[in-house]
Amino acid sequence: MIQLIDVKKTFDDGKTVLKGISTTFEAGKTNLIIGQSGSGKTVLMKCIVGLFEPSSGQILYHDRDFVTMNKKDRMLLRREMGMIFQSAALFDSISVLENVMFPLDMFSYDSYKERRRRAQFCLDRVNLSDAGEKFPGEISGGMQKRVAIARAISLNPKYLFCDEPNSGLDPKTSLVIDELIHSITQEYGTTTIINTHDMNSVMGIGEHIIYIYEGNREWEGTKDEVMTSDNENLNSFIFASDLFRKIKDANK
Amino acid sequence: MLLSSYLHALGRYLILMGRVFSIPERFKMYLRQYIKEMIKLGTDSIVIVLIVSFFIGAVICIQIKVNIESAWMPHWVSGYVTREIMLLEFSSSIMCLILSGKVGSNIATEIGTMRVTQQIDALEIMGVNSASYLILPKIAGMITMMPLLVILSTFSGIMGAYAAAYIGHILTPAHLTEGLQYDFHPWFFWMGVVKSLFFAFIITSVPAYYGYRVEGGSVEVGKASTDAVVASSMLVLFSDIFLTRLLS
Repeated sequence: MIQLIDVKKTFDDGKTVLKGISTTFEAGKTNLIIGQSGSGKTVLMKCIVGLFEPSSGQILYHDRDFVTMNKKDRMLLRREMGMIFQSAALFDSISVLENVMFPLDMFSYDSYKERRRRAQFCLDRVNLSDAGEKFPGEISGGMQKRVAIARAISLNPKYLFCDEPNSGLDPKTSLVIDELIHSITQEYGTTTIINTHDMNSVMGIGEHIIYIYEGNREWEGTKDEVMTSDNENLNSFIFASDLFRKIKDANK
Repeated sequence: MLLSSYLHALGRYLILMGRVFSIPERFKMYLRQYIKEMIKLGTDSIVIVLIVSFFIGAVICIQIKVNIESAWMPHWVSGYVTREIMLLEFSSSIMCLILSGKVGSNIATEIGTMRVTQQIDALEIMGVNSASYLILPKIAGMITMMPLLVILSTFSGIMGAYAAAYIGHILTPAHLTEGLQYDFHPWFFWMGVVKSLFFAFIITSVPAYYGYRVEGGSVEVGKASTDAVVASSMLVLFSDIFLTRLLS
């Protein structure tokens, strides 16, 4: 479980991007942060994982405050995290299998054979059993995302973060990625936070959704509630798509 | 304003170096990177070092013979000057200046690309000290390989001078040998090696700093690469003056 308490972020140029966000992301659920481009959702995600320091507020990982934690404890906590970046962020000078093995090589004290077996298991889990010897540049964008998922789960993380996991992918591949993240969340009981503006993901796997509008938590609910909400800003975001407007009209 | 920005950059560089020189999370992984970097930055530079040094050695020998040597100069002067230039300046300082272009742009581009493609963020999220993991093996690898490159450069330069003697027939090999052996101070060799260790640190750490702080995309990576080469070249030249004065 991750709790955010009044998280604010103001940059050096004086621009306040997060204006006091409080929410709770529960374990074993796919938690989605949605919002328009520039609303602050990426900044929020970066604050949660520690790539940005919040100006004020608390970020509690199972009651451990990440903001006030010392460097050593932060490093240890980070080993409980897995992250899938928008660009997959695979290390392009090493093979797919070596990418997945990297966190194990760095932090696991298992034998080489064990580590390799674990990495292959993770690749099997994301249906990439035969891609281990390839290099990231030789595989498609969807496969790269799946390798990123395999790398993220290799150390059995407690917390899984996904920044725009479907960015640049076709709808069918996006569905595969969403399903994979959702099933891994349930299987491992991870606290999963997905940063997205893909409405298909919202409707498919959004067990807990927070909508960020101009740096504020504007709305919070589930995928079933999102369609019937009377929040104007949320509605203008959700029903910007012609398809979703038609679905709403059909449900009336 | 300019001074303030330089001091600001120096501060950021020192903070980065503080992170670089910290205890590795997994020594074995760093060792693996260290060996890779020795090959990439050191071994892969051997050919260019040999070629450049060979021709410069030959050219120095020819220039001295043709333009300096006269009836009033001893016949060993070409060999003597060639040796002194190669040992004291070329193989340590000028070779590092040349390598700052090759190695510096390589390091700044590699780390800069890793930054803009979020690979450094990925390392940080995993709990890896990305500055140390990426930069320390490069600095250590280059410092290890640099004395070897200096020795090879000196050797190749002298071979170039012999080639000028044998093939160009501008002086006799015996005169060249006499000049190469005349009034030899072993400290001059060690001075070149000591200087090159400092330069190795500069041409790896400065580009790494430029690459590590890139923000943006490919244009910024290109700019960082150029800035890194310019800055490290200037620092090599400035520090050469101080080191030469200090070690002479």
